Amino acid sequence: MALTGIQIFKLLPKTNCKECGEPTCLAFAMKLAAGKAELASCPYVSDEAKEQLSEASAPPIRGVVIGTGDNSIKVGEELVLYRHEKTFVNPTAIAILIEDSMSDDEIKGKIDQLNNNTYERVGLILKAHLAALRCKSGDAAKFKALVEKVSGMTSDGLILISDSADVIKEAVSVCADKKPLICGATKDTADAFAAIAKESKVPVAIKGSIDDVIEITQKMTAAGIKDIVIDADEASYKDTIKNQIIIRRAALKKKFRPLGFPTISFACDMTDDKLFETTLAAGLINKYAGIVVVSEIDPPSVLALTVNRMNIYTDPQRPMVMDQGVYEFNNPDANSPLLITTNFALTYFIVSAEIEASRVPAWLLIMDTEGMSVLTAWSAGKFVADAMAPFVLKSGISDKLGHKNIIIPGYVAQLSGEFQEELGSEWEVAVGPREAGDIPKYLRKLAGI
Amino acid sequence: MAFDIPKETYSGAIREVIIGEGDKAVTIGGQNAMTLCGFEGEFPNRPKIAMEVYDERPENWAEAVMEPFADVIDDPVKWALKNVNEYGAQIICLQLSSTDPNTKDTSPDAAAQLAKSIAQAISVPLVVYGSGNVEKDVAVLKKVAEVCEGKNLLLGPVVEENYRQIGAAAIAFKHCIAAQTPIDVNMAKQLNILLENLGVPPDKIVIDPSTGALGYGIEYSYSVMERDRLAALSQNDAKMQMPIICDMGKEAWKARESKIPLDEEPTYGDITKRGLLWETVTAMDLLMAGADILVMRHPKSVDVIKKIINDMF
Repeated sequence: MALTGIQIFKLLPKTNCKECGEPTCLAFAMKLAAGKAELASCPYVSDEAKEQLSEASAPPIRGVVIGTGDNSIKVGEELVLYRHEKTFVNPTAIAILIEDSMSDDEIKGKIDQLNNNTYERVGLILKAHLAALRCKSGDAAKFKALVEKVSGMTSDGLILISDSADVIKEAVSVCADKKPLICGATKDTADAFAAIAKESKVPVAIKGSIDDVIEITQKMTAAGIKDIVIDADEASYKDTIKNQIIIRRAALKKKFRPLGFPTISFACDMTDDKLFETTLAAGLINKYAGIVVVSEIDPPSVLALTVNRMNIYTDPQRPMVMDQGVYEFNNPDANSPLLITTNFALTYFIVSAEIEASRVPAWLLIMDTEGMSVLTAWSAGKFVADAMAPFVLKSGISDKLGHKNIIIPGYVAQLSGEFQEELGSEWEVAVGPREAGDIPKYLRKLAGI
Repeated sequence: MAFDIPKETYSGAIREVIIGEGDKAVTIGGQNAMTLCGFEGEFPNRPKIAMEVYDERPENWAEAVMEPFADVIDDPVKWALKNVNEYGAQIICLQLSSTDPNTKDTSPDAAAQLAKSIAQAISVPLVVYGSGNVEKDVAVLKKVAEVCEGKNLLLGPVVEENYRQIGAAAIAFKHCIAAQTPIDVNMAKQLNILLENLGVPPDKIVIDPSTGALGYGIEYSYSVMERDRLAALSQNDAKMQMPIICDMGKEAWKARESKIPLDEEPTYGDITKRGLLWETVTAMDLLMAGADILVMRHPKSVDVIKKIINDMF
């Protein structure tokens, strides 16, 4: 439960030494309460106060890091139920399932998918982030061998899955430095898993009904284990989603600590149909899973899941934008037509998809309008003749063209005259279609196809 | 410590809307909790899938989504029947794209006759969407309303610029209306108010919030629909308590990822699977955000989403 400034003040030394940078301890306490200062700035705070305060100021859902270095990934720390309230924080980590019963070829295929199926979109890298290794054989030595093998094949983080703490203990011994997530303790195995988590300093996933989960996290927290992930999957998808909602709500609305942890969900175990599985995994991204384990990350699945994740986790207040500049489609040359539009990513995606579909080689100028769409940017004075003309002239596009014709979106037909004037008489401004869907027809007609 | 599930209390409910007539009728809406929160409310009617039929041979469709309709693609009535009888469509959505004056400019009479033939042939309700041309849709949907009197169709997209004429026809010939606004809660509410003021009964209105595809604005649709629902359920806003229709099949299959061949994007993998996933994931997002009718295209993605609806509601 968050403390008030006065409550925090009572725990401070009250010496007004100013070493924290604030004039008084009370001022510092107020800033702490508002989340605008770090307790570490006070050199004299007692250990007891530290503990009480860090407990109180911890995020309602703990952030858990899996893996180390550049390839580590953090899940949790979410603050809202609906994405329009505030940006979702740490995007769902997608994990590919690998079992020790698989052949070497199969394993290599899965790891290749993990390492290679990487895409770029609006400057973001889209990929899966974890290898989830499951002991199916029940043979600790066999599983350990798999873990060693996979550790050498990818620098991505690992999840180690077995019901047996002994199997996990063996496996962790060869990869503890990679900070794998060990998975999954039940009520019966909680103590044994907790011992491994503590000794090897690795995060631990626990599973069971909501009541079991509460019991286990309380026990583990009391034992000093903080990095916990909850597996609350149920036999039905409906109940799995229900648990996800309950966990998020309890943590955020009730500040209920025993459920204040990120979750893991196994889409891979929900069906044998891949299309179905990927769709269920997408739903788990929407409804709060911190980690989703899937059985396949072939290119279509990675694209669909990571684009969905990007869409759901994008900032609802700030539009995605493209870099300003010249974009090429279908290998344009000096005679290819030139179009111009704004840098709202959605505008770009739609316009670029249509130009590409037209098969007509073309140039597209993307102008920085602070992520506004054509009409909005026009009415805000960002996509107007006296801003567009200097951009076009300085863009360097003239060097690439053997003509000086430029096509503007149909929705801003009214600025064509002024734009023409600003560009100078050697340029010719044409008005393109209003809707992007009509671009292919327009371009094909222009190209005489 | 005994754990009590933290439940929300809702003050409002979504209205039930009936589409179709007699034993063909289907009811949508009626829920009184946020989607997926069956543990704190009633969901008397599962979301339904409407499958698309076009009034002309589609151009530029991906091979994968032409194939299931290859034998019926030039005959909309047969196409509709195949969707119902073979592919299990719960509703048919006739897309009158050829009425667009910028393309074939098919006459309102011809469009209306086609709508009537389909409505008579199929055993499920019919949604009829115009081309989206604001003026032409008036003529087309008015005629459709008249010719299909009593069929209780769902007519759309009805927008602020043409709601009067189409609304009046819907009242006169007793049809439902899909009120379309550009991804905005307040505009959706405004259009509902205008329609009600015109005399359209609130239980004859369905909200069409405008739908983006995965990667092409789905996040806007997702959040606007969640906010629509919070307004209806938590704030008990009577002007927002209509079911939601998402005309999404065309958006999903228009996405670059659904269409671009492997030889042009060698790292993108199987084009058929890509298209299907683009449609199923788009549908999944909209379903979770609160859709009551999903307008879909490919029978395989329809299968997947149907299964999910049965699991989830």
